[in-house]
Amino acid sequence: MLILSWRTLPLDTISSSHETASKVPEARQGEFPTPVPEEADSNPVSTPKRRMSFSLSSTMDSVGEVEAAADKLAEEAGLDEDERFRVTMAVREAAVNAVLHGNEYDPAKQIAVSLENTGAALVFTIADQGRGLDPDSLPDPLAPENLLRGTGRGIFLIRSFMDEVHFRQLHPGTELTLVKNLAPADPKT
Amino acid sequence: MALTIASRELDGVTVLDLSGRITLGEGSVQIRDAIRDLIGKGQKSILLNLGDVNYIDSSGLGELVSAFTTAKNQGAALKLLKLTKKVHDLLQLTKLYTVFDIFDDEASAIASFK
Repeated sequence: MLILSWRTLPLDTISSSHETASKVPEARQGEFPTPVPEEADSNPVSTPKRRMSFSLSSTMDSVGEVEAAADKLAEEAGLDEDERFRVTMAVREAAVNAVLHGNEYDPAKQIAVSLENTGAALVFTIADQGRGLDPDSLPDPLAPENLLRGTGRGIFLIRSFMDEVHFRQLHPGTELTLVKNLAPADPKT
Repeated sequence: MALTIASRELDGVTVLDLSGRITLGEGSVQIRDAIRDLIGKGQKSILLNLGDVNYIDSSGLGELVSAFTTAKNQGAALKLLKLTKKVHDLLQLTKLYTVFDIFDDEASAIASFK
């Protein structure tokens, strides 16, 4: 069940997407990353910055909830239909990886999710508590010898649809950070 | 929207009209079961009409590939009809467009099995 609701954050509580993606610290063993504190809106801005984070059980229902939340964030950010489709699919694939390949549907394990509109980018993090994933070990799904494989396209699609994808080992588990840069607002509007 | 599958026969070809999403937990298993059922009954010509499939994820793509190879290994042929733009783009991105025989026109697709 999805627990938390959207919050609107003042600008100075949110770091840039690039800092979020590239300077995240290594998590301590067995812990999910520390969530960014959420605060009520205290600084009206023209484009609301949003962040939400929550933990979900390792089920396909959870995947659906993450997908719906990502779609809502993408819609509110004003992405066109094609971009919204790609972002939502990438987040869905990351959630499927976390539930299926990471936590292996283990009811004792959860996935930790955060979704954020920084104003400059949409930033999604999905973390599992599984055995870990080495992204460099994944076979190339476009190689002729792999084209007829029934699996192995999820990470490829994520990388294709997002501007940045970062992997972080959590010991145990893996955290994926997906970044979609937003076009600068038209100053005339 | 969950996947629905309707089956019809045209000139010896089984056409499966699919509608909805083909994703992990929402259609992948249904397609697998439907193809295995047809192959088990000896059907050699199968056409998947994807005209009303508005969403497919990596699991769904994998299921289409598995259906294709299952049919081929049993001496049957599985082809695709009427891709939506999103599914078309995904098949191109993943190079699966080169794997399948794909048709926009049903009559041409049916004729190709002869």
